[in-house]
Amino acid sequence: MIKELSVEALRCVEGWRCVQDACAATRVEEGFTSDLLSDIMANAPAQSVLVTLQSHLNTVAVASLAGVRAIVLCSGREAPPDMLEAARREGIVLLQTHDNQYQASVKLEAAFRSGCVGS
Amino acid sequence: MKTIPVNPEQSPLVILDLLFKLKIKDVMSSPVITAVRKDSLRTVQHLMRDNRISGVPVAERGRLFGIASIDDIIRALEGGYIDDPVERHMTTQMVVLEDDMPLSFGISYFEKFKFGRFPVLNKENRLVGILSSRDVSASLLVELHNEYHKLEAKLPVSAIRDVNTVTRGFRVERYDFENAGKAAHAIKKILSEQNYPPALIRRVAVAAYEMEINLVVHSLGGTFTFHMDPEKVELLAVDEGPGIPNVEQAMQEGFTTANEWIKSLGFGAGMGLNNIRRNADDFDIQSAVGRGTTVRATILLPTGKDAPPQTP
Repeated sequence: MIKELSVEALRCVEGWRCVQDACAATRVEEGFTSDLLSDIMANAPAQSVLVTLQSHLNTVAVASLAGVRAIVLCSGREAPPDMLEAARREGIVLLQTHDNQYQASVKLEAAFRSGCVGS
Repeated sequence: MKTIPVNPEQSPLVILDLLFKLKIKDVMSSPVITAVRKDSLRTVQHLMRDNRISGVPVAERGRLFGIASIDDIIRALEGGYIDDPVERHMTTQMVVLEDDMPLSFGISYFEKFKFGRFPVLNKENRLVGILSSRDVSASLLVELHNEYHKLEAKLPVSAIRDVNTVTRGFRVERYDFENAGKAAHAIKKILSEQNYPPALIRRVAVAAYEMEINLVVHSLGGTFTFHMDPEKVELLAVDEGPGIPNVEQAMQEGFTTANEWIKSLGFGAGMGLNNIRRNADDFDIQSAVGRGTTVRATILLPTGKDAPPQTP
């Protein structure tokens, strides 16, 4: 069974707020949790959701290089305006939450399981 | 006037490439004509005259003690001590080059130290050659001539080759996180437009981004250049210092010199150089403390039947 989820579905996760949703119709297939940008570049799968603390412009840049389609900013971190703008330009969805990375990862996995439309 | 009319930091890519590819050992004069410490200045003078050279290193069994120049001889003749042993009057405060350094370092030394020649030592600190500005000019002329022929040979093959050849340079400043990634982004766009597979584009873009970030985080500023032709993408980062004291250590996964602020941004995880190497088909790093670091990564592009379809 292939895990697959519309980014739209992430908006429904309890405690998550979408702050940039220009490409919400995108489909995602996996999650990846990391705060090290080199690690994200090296290891984040394409078509994935990134769970991270890093709320700045460069996170969008590495996410874009890795093919990440959505970023979940944890622990109440706010996305600065230049980050929002870059995400819009790159077609990457941004979500904010007060969950820490662990809690957010668990919720993401649950979303994949319940919202799975695998064929 | 400059000793060598080439700027090792701001020249066309083909020259920068050459200056980086050529090592001091490819250019230096070797073997070296040397004197021993007990030789008289008169003996040294004869060595210079007979060999038409203007500087003689004083060395014994490969160990370098000093260097005597024509100026030392002239002063000896004026001062009437031409029969003194050379060790009493030679220059012992020397700047030396290492045979494995890229030629670009050698050239900048001529500008920086205003010496006419530099003794060249190998890793074991043995004298293996001497580099004069004449050696540099002569070898550059030969190499540029070869390069010119290579470039010319490429020309008539097909016009498409030229269309597909792209070279772009970016200036990267220390701590300018805002503009980091511009080059990686541009390369990604060009490769996407030419229909290269996403996995390959990611390799190139990740290597480029890591190189840009290294310049931003660790260098005093530098240039990032990419060159693309139908066979390969070449990424070249050249900075102005401070240089890496121990490259082997820097290559170790997890080793970092980044400060807490850099780390809090998610950089400085000690993975960058390895990320570049892992994504490249060919990787090279050269560094000298006080001078700078040059990193080069080459990624081969699929050619022939594996080449991506070109959109008209």
